Amino acid sequence: MSRRPPILILHATGTNRDREAAWACELAGGAAEIVHINRLIAGEVRLADYRMLILPGGFSYGDDLGAGKLWAIALRYRLAAFIAAGRPVLGICNGFQALVKAGLLPGADDGAAAAGQQGVTLARNDSARFECRWIYLEPQSASPCVFTRGLTELIYCPVAHGEGKFVAADAATLADLEARGLVALRYARPDGQPVAYPWNPNGSAGDIAGICNAAGTVLGLMPHPENHIIDEQGPRFRRGERGQLGLALFRNGVRYAAEL
Amino acid sequence: MKCFRVQVAPRTGLRDARGENLRRQAEALGIAGIERIAISDLYFLEGALDAADAERLAALLLGDPVVEETTVARLDAAADAAPADRRTVEVVLHPGVTDSVAESLLEGARVIGVAGLARAATGQRYEIFGRAEADALARLSTLFANPVIQSYALDSRIAPPFALSQPADDTVEIIPLTQADPAGLEAISRERRLSLDLAEMSAIQEYYRGERREPTDVELEMLAQTWSEHCVHKTFRALIDYEERTAEGRPAGPIRRIDSLLKTYIRAATERAARPWVRSAFVDNAGIIAFDEHTDLAFKVETHNHPSALEPFGGANTGVGGVVRDIIGVSARPIANTDVLCFGPADLAFEELPAGVLHPRRIADGVIAGVEDYGNKMGIPTVNGAILYDPGYTANPLVFCGCLGILPRGAHRTAAQAGDLVVVIGGRTGRDGLRGATFSSMEMTHETGHIAGSAVQIGHPIHEKQALEAVLMARDEGLYTAITDCGAGGLSSAVGEMAAELGADVDLARVPLKYSGLRPWEIWLSEAQERMVLAVPPAHWPRVQAICAGLDVEATALGAFTGDGQLRLRYGERIVGQLDARFLHHGIPRRRLRAVWEPPAAHEPDPAALPTGPGGDLTPALLALLAAPNTRSKEDVVRRYDHEVQGAGVGKPFTGAAGAGPADAAVLDLRFAAAQMVHEHPATSNLQPATVRRGVAVSAGVNPAYGALDPYAMAWAAVDEALRNCVAAGADPDQVALLDNFCWGNPLLPDRLGGLVRCAEGCYDAAVAYNAPYISGKDSLNNEYTGADGRKHAIPGTLLISALGIVPDTAHAMSMDLKAAGNRLYVLGLTADELGASAYYRLHGLLGAHAPQPPAAGLALLRALHRAIAAGLVQACHDCSEGGLAVAAAEMSLAGELGLTLDLRRIPRTPAAGRDATLAFSESLGRFLVEVRPQDAAAFEACLAGLPCAAAGEVQAAAAHGEGRCILLGLDGRPVVDAALPALDRAWRGHSA
Repeated sequence: MSRRPPILILHATGTNRDREAAWACELAGGAAEIVHINRLIAGEVRLADYRMLILPGGFSYGDDLGAGKLWAIALRYRLAAFIAAGRPVLGICNGFQALVKAGLLPGADDGAAAAGQQGVTLARNDSARFECRWIYLEPQSASPCVFTRGLTELIYCPVAHGEGKFVAADAATLADLEARGLVALRYARPDGQPVAYPWNPNGSAGDIAGICNAAGTVLGLMPHPENHIIDEQGPRFRRGERGQLGLALFRNGVRYAAEL
Repeated sequence: MKCFRVQVAPRTGLRDARGENLRRQAEALGIAGIERIAISDLYFLEGALDAADAERLAALLLGDPVVEETTVARLDAAADAAPADRRTVEVVLHPGVTDSVAESLLEGARVIGVAGLARAATGQRYEIFGRAEADALARLSTLFANPVIQSYALDSRIAPPFALSQPADDTVEIIPLTQADPAGLEAISRERRLSLDLAEMSAIQEYYRGERREPTDVELEMLAQTWSEHCVHKTFRALIDYEERTAEGRPAGPIRRIDSLLKTYIRAATERAARPWVRSAFVDNAGIIAFDEHTDLAFKVETHNHPSALEPFGGANTGVGGVVRDIIGVSARPIANTDVLCFGPADLAFEELPAGVLHPRRIADGVIAGVEDYGNKMGIPTVNGAILYDPGYTANPLVFCGCLGILPRGAHRTAAQAGDLVVVIGGRTGRDGLRGATFSSMEMTHETGHIAGSAVQIGHPIHEKQALEAVLMARDEGLYTAITDCGAGGLSSAVGEMAAELGADVDLARVPLKYSGLRPWEIWLSEAQERMVLAVPPAHWPRVQAICAGLDVEATALGAFTGDGQLRLRYGERIVGQLDARFLHHGIPRRRLRAVWEPPAAHEPDPAALPTGPGGDLTPALLALLAAPNTRSKEDVVRRYDHEVQGAGVGKPFTGAAGAGPADAAVLDLRFAAAQMVHEHPATSNLQPATVRRGVAVSAGVNPAYGALDPYAMAWAAVDEALRNCVAAGADPDQVALLDNFCWGNPLLPDRLGGLVRCAEGCYDAAVAYNAPYISGKDSLNNEYTGADGRKHAIPGTLLISALGIVPDTAHAMSMDLKAAGNRLYVLGLTADELGASAYYRLHGLLGAHAPQPPAAGLALLRALHRAIAAGLVQACHDCSEGGLAVAAAEMSLAGELGLTLDLRRIPRTPAAGRDATLAFSESLGRFLVEVRPQDAAAFEACLAGLPCAAAGEVQAAAAHGEGRCILLGLDGRPVVDAALPALDRAWRGHSA
């Protein structure tokens, strides 16, 4: 395998953080390529030729029928083999919403896709508004997620969404996610205090910002780690603040993909 | 055909965030007694469907099974009796108004294989619980529905808004005018709403007499559009006789003849500056400057005022979409948006609203949502802006939308060749936005909403996003020879301009329509959004089609550029219009206008009459200034805009320890975007942090209040503020380009035009003083509103100056938050007795007389400050604008969560500035407050040698006075301002002390 694993950034009509995801992959040592989903559907491009897949943020198909909904329909039967092969998938913001609505996250017990079975969702923010603000993410050490593996430092990056409130269908579903360690990232405060708005920017249950599948190879998260890949992007860079880069998630993913 | 109604509601017991939000809005509008509002979405599905199909559509496409409940019923099924415990309002869009959700629903049905769905429509249902009185409900309905684009049903089910299908209509009217007398010509102009005056109608009459025929409706509408104020800027090109008078109305000098405001004041300033980095000024859809050796930047600011008054969401939405297309129209990728918004007071009493006008709060909510929707969905960060409130904007809000783009040098091609195809890509054409160009060139009345409903468009940002990607691919492959956007005037304007030299032959029957029934002139003039026109050599046409198809973009060849200078319009084989391009573009007679400037009779108030706290304490005034609507934090608005997308923002809208300080300018680090321009793919090895990181700062200057005293002073202040903001953030003052946007009243009234001339003179003098070129500009005139009572409401003449400055190295970009206790505070620039029209005077309902005058140090001061910043000698820098030095100090303090002391005795000042309030709140131009480390002080002072600059204070640790205080010492050495940071913060977040 090449030292720069090929990574597919899947552009759907209306996604818009494709290029930042590509830059993050490049900085993390991958070889990123942005491809419109139409080319995948037409068979011009094969998923199997890539080691990692990123579903970037944006407003796929305008989010007209609910965030990520139409994209989910396009994806729900197309990713099963890729996921079953254990290749890593990262869904960011709209990509996360699509994975959830396609039933690919959290997925079935055995780590396979559960197309059409939606047990959790990303509902409207409690504020009922789109909000863009910087938040802290705490990687959960109990999670099997390959993207957060070994990360101990908080990640600092922006959220930019109107529908990011993590909701499970019922208490049992939520408890099951927690028990299986599928919560990979939580909203956090650097001082360790209990998290409330705006630290938890949308009212997510359990301060959940990202979840993975049982195999740990598929991660979805609402915040945008691809918007903090160099120190200068941090809002307090001028005050001397460094580190806590979202790039760490991409480094882990690319390393895992390279070793496959 | 069967029709089903699907209702999607939040699951019982789950939070209805939208409903809660709406109830808060109702409360803010003063509607009492409402306990709860529940919102459901409605979908209407029509076609060869059975119940199972409808259920399948609903299950797969509509609603979220985790948090929502979906009910599907035949439309003709008996409705349940209306529940007695609530009122209901159901709302749908008028037939023909863009409904992107319905479009997506049709597409989704195709994907999931429900072929029978023929038509879809959407709506909302509001259930109102509580004691809503009848008139409260009527007022509430303005929150739910705008009659310009929507209809609603009270306590009943609404019918789906399917358009009656109309047969194609190829009717072309002939309008006889060659024999008309002057009154007849004016009647034709009035009846067809052409907005052409007698001289213009007569020129058209002459042309057709020469042609020995009468015009078709297509031709006449095209002439009216091409000759509209909006498109041809008649006022700025007119010959003006200008007279200045004294405040007593006596002549103050001879009458002067001005040969075009544009040429005399705007372009002349650009020519005088003669900056080599200006690559295109006033020629293309946007101004273009050089960024580095490989790339250029394009910047444009537009207004969308009248549409936003009628339909705030759609007006602002398409305002953003329009200016973004201007940037795509110069082959650039949009990288940042700006918006400056002017509204009436949010707390205006309903009784004071002119008839037919939406409440300012309703307008503001809609406009902000419109800006949010378009920018966020296109993935363009909204990085800079302002919101101003004044009663003068109640009936006529101002919505300035700006867009910055980046393009590889030489990538923008502007020379269509004979034989190239006329290709339209993007959205389809409907009846939306007919006559928008002429509509925006008229004054509004209380009936405008009813008559001009079709002038309002609803945007579809995803169409534009995909069109953008298609254009950039075609650009990089060199597939087109010219490009422009369809804005005001639609295809008529876009193709008309592209074919101005060559001529073209176009078949209107080929234009893809949203629905049938449009007449040829409607197709040609429609301002349907999200369309671009390209000149494509026939050899490249198959590749352009393939690119567009791959990105879900529709592309159609309408005809070809010919080379015979004739614009020939067909509908199928039949010619429906033919115009000589020379007459179309050069036949308009020049206007001659009269302008009179008479300054207001103004006087300074007695200082003793201004209230202070005990012992002359100015702390209450400072807190009130921070809490004033124009000054206070706009965080609740700005966080609704995605300002992080594209990842270039290193100077954010909010800065400081808690991310809440108001930045002077946005700073973008373009290393990723620029690297991508050089290399073909994002897969580039050039992404590692470079040693020098070139960036760009974007800022604005606007202060309409000074215009009440003197528009000349207002112009100077706007230019000065835009430059100050840019330089404070790290831009090089010798690499700043300016954009001018005038919003004014009716220019045919000599007093309005007199103010406009004064303003343009100020623009020239200020730009020349700073050696800064204008690269693009726009004027929006006729911003007046005549109410049902016949009273005219003119806006305060408003000039927005936007600035685009190069930051040579973003490592030295600056922020305004205080960094560390013990650092020194320097005040740069002279403080003069210039409280006229200041925020401080306005707080007390006063105007005063002395508006800020041009600063003496000007460019030399900016250059010296920039040298100090570039040398790393400055820790924080903030410009002094509204609220003066005191507000600037308070903002720096609360952004840095550090206290400060500032001694007003030590600041550079003129002899006349001899009172504490003057020194604290005067809004003199050319001033900065700068934080410098003690070890850098000597080097900093050396940079500023010979200029007005003094160390006047120190940053204090937050704990120094218990909790961190902002202290200003007055002329007698005692504190005149002493405020704890939490008090400042509360005020700045809008909670008045």
